[in-house]
Amino acid sequence: MSRRLPWGAMARMTGRRALAAVPVLLAVTLAVFAVAAASPFDPVKAYAGTAGLTASQENLDQLRANLGADQPLLTRWWDWLTAAVTGDLGDSSVMRRPVAEVITERLGWSVLLAVTAFAVAIVLGTLLGVLAGRRRGGLLDRAVSSAAYTLEAAPAFWLGLLAIWFFALKLGVLPAGGLTDTASDTVTADQVARHLVLPALVLGISQLPWFFLYVRQGVGDALDEDPVRGARARGLSRRTVLTGHALRSGMLPMLTLVGSRVPELITGALLVETVFSWPGIAAATVQAATSVDFPLLAALTVLATAAVLLGNLLSDLLYGLADPRVGFDG
Amino acid sequence: MTARSIRGTATAILAGAVALTAAACTNPGSTAGASGGPKDSAVVGIAYEPETLSPLLGYGKDGNSKIFDGLLAFDENMKLKPALAVKLPHITADGLTYTYTLRDDVSFSDGAPFTSKDVVFTYRTILDPKTNNASRTELDAVKKVEAVGDDTVVFTLKYPYAPFAERTVQAIAPEHVAAKQDVNTGAFTTKPIGTGPYVLTGWSKGEKLTFKANPTYWDGAPEVKKFTMAIVKDDDVRATRLRAGDLDGAILPPNLAEGFEADKGRKTYAAKTYDYRTVTLPTHHKVTGDTAVRRALDIAVDRQAMVDKILEGAGKPAYGPVPTDSPWFTKGTERRHDLAGAQKILDEAGWKPGPDGVRVKNGVRAEFPLWYLSGDKLRQDHALAYASDAKKAGIDIKTQAGTWEVIEPRMKTDAVLAGGGSPGDPDFDQYLLLKSSLAGDGFNNMARYDNKTVDKALDDGRRTNDPAKRKAAYDTVQRELAANPGYTFLTHIDHLYVVDDSWDGLSTQIEPHDHGLASGPWWNVEGWKPKSTGEAKK
Repeated sequence: MSRRLPWGAMARMTGRRALAAVPVLLAVTLAVFAVAAASPFDPVKAYAGTAGLTASQENLDQLRANLGADQPLLTRWWDWLTAAVTGDLGDSSVMRRPVAEVITERLGWSVLLAVTAFAVAIVLGTLLGVLAGRRRGGLLDRAVSSAAYTLEAAPAFWLGLLAIWFFALKLGVLPAGGLTDTASDTVTADQVARHLVLPALVLGISQLPWFFLYVRQGVGDALDEDPVRGARARGLSRRTVLTGHALRSGMLPMLTLVGSRVPELITGALLVETVFSWPGIAAATVQAATSVDFPLLAALTVLATAAVLLGNLLSDLLYGLADPRVGFDG
Repeated sequence: MTARSIRGTATAILAGAVALTAAACTNPGSTAGASGGPKDSAVVGIAYEPETLSPLLGYGKDGNSKIFDGLLAFDENMKLKPALAVKLPHITADGLTYTYTLRDDVSFSDGAPFTSKDVVFTYRTILDPKTNNASRTELDAVKKVEAVGDDTVVFTLKYPYAPFAERTVQAIAPEHVAAKQDVNTGAFTTKPIGTGPYVLTGWSKGEKLTFKANPTYWDGAPEVKKFTMAIVKDDDVRATRLRAGDLDGAILPPNLAEGFEADKGRKTYAAKTYDYRTVTLPTHHKVTGDTAVRRALDIAVDRQAMVDKILEGAGKPAYGPVPTDSPWFTKGTERRHDLAGAQKILDEAGWKPGPDGVRVKNGVRAEFPLWYLSGDKLRQDHALAYASDAKKAGIDIKTQAGTWEVIEPRMKTDAVLAGGGSPGDPDFDQYLLLKSSLAGDGFNNMARYDNKTVDKALDDGRRTNDPAKRKAAYDTVQRELAANPGYTFLTHIDHLYVVDDSWDGLSTQIEPHDHGLASGPWWNVEGWKPKSTGEAKK
């Protein structure tokens, strides 16, 4: 087990991927600008809010010019890009603050939520998957599998509303939303922990079925493989066979899954943060999109795209490590 | 082994994140004082939050901004009273010059003194076209604003504008802070400094605004020391959080407020408003542009039934933007519900019933679309009731839901269930709604109402300070609107608030359509007096 890690190959793969990421990011930001510009939402209306309903046309036209919303799409995208390259992400019109400030303030909360949810999904999913895969067709397997298929079809926001209704309104044991209690104006760890439970559980559970089903399948198949059956025949204990042989080969597909679930996690977080008023970047993305807030939207899109690309890279690296036959060429 | 290392990494990241959060907290356990003793903190639930907290961008233009003060302020009865000015302004006979003398004992919350420079800076910045202020038109009459010494400010107007003094409740920003930043994007927009009774301690957008009392407030430190406004968009969630004790007060729709009536620990406040619901009858549509159709609709509609059924009694019939209980309302312009009368008007104008009951004139069917904002239950109910009343008179209205993006391009010819209302001067609503030169200007005069007599009366009304002449002008407007109703006004809506009975001194002002942070019984939370414990829990 003390094999030397193939650092050179891994670095080359990372470099290749980083180069490929540049055109992807450019295309994605341009596409986001185009889609937002084609949407019926009006950045000036969004900016003015209710005051816009009594403002004069002259006043609104002036606002449009001030915000640069009268510029053509490609000009705005190029202006944004050249500024962003020099480190100036621009100002968010909906938050009325520099984009960099909005992101630094919110990113941490989103990461906390996503990482907790991911941990819940992976730990619970693996545990249940192993238990179910051990005895396929057993009572536990049938119960958890059917629950997993149901959850797979349930949208995250619906789960969120259900959780609020049950835990916050019916039982009153957990807060329904926000980062801290309403009356509190300081952020304390115990409050955040309590407010984190519901959104993290909902997001985690909405991701859990995939992990569960993959592990269950992997472990079940591995138990049927010749080497594993051979090990059993040689008299090794069921436990040793399971953890030492079946689990190792059964876990392989999960590594790819970790990477490929990142986009799902981001969309899930988008809905969950909105439902639970969690002050993260996903909630800001929704606002930025409906207000055609180009600078904020573009920065958030770049972040999300980068997260997806990183997730893929990570899972490919891990897969290559776990199974040398795959290598680092992909 | 690989699996274990992944799990290990995840755990490590999670532990790190939790540790970071724990390290970020500076003042744990500050929620003491919630039980026992007079209640010196309050948490209220509101539905809308302001877009910005900078007076330069439109925050606090109608007063009650908590963080700031204006030169003048409205009292409980919407009468102007001095705030940062020592007395009401001196107005020259031609109505063109307003002179304010300022208090000399006021400082901003950062300790710097308040002077005439701040007033001049605030108004000049708002009037600067580079400032992204969507309410700039409200100060359109201002030609120039100048400081005379540290304690006097003189406004010179382009034309006599009678309601100008009411515009000077506008919140004043500190020059020494705001002038150093970009007015549109600087930190001042979220970290304001003002002279007001409260100081902002935090604004988590979409979640809450928190304030603490300004101990050196010039009008006496508030007794409610900590004040929180939670932004809860959903009515049901707001009601639940109020019942659970998470909120001390909240704005609620009539059906949810009813549930708290029997609750002895809470009181319900019904605020009178200028908040109207109306149907625009576009001049450029063959059916709605016809005066006979307009007049018939105006009396075919059963306003009292809308108040009773849709508003559950919390409101009153509306015949124009001016509410019937306002001193500016023209007595005698109330219209009775009269279906037979409506049918007679249409018959006489040549709108004859067709085979399907819908009237026809010269081949034109009496039908038109009526849009309402999707998701707005109140507007939907009004629209459906209106269409059903019109049907009885033989006019076919197709109600359609849409967002403003869908509705706005159609406003020239399609009817819209609109809402609005600014309390105070009769000029505010009527000028924007009825002036023909504002036809289709943004969301102003949506119906493209065009009536020369009304145009002249609206100008007469705003250009004189003589109360009798003004009353006569607005009487003319309201009588003309009754003779040619380019809008069918339906109701004025009361706003209902349910608040814990833990404080004395609560009241409500007459409220505008846009009732966010500045309205409700907390319009003057700085004047609330906590009840002593024994009294509070009766």
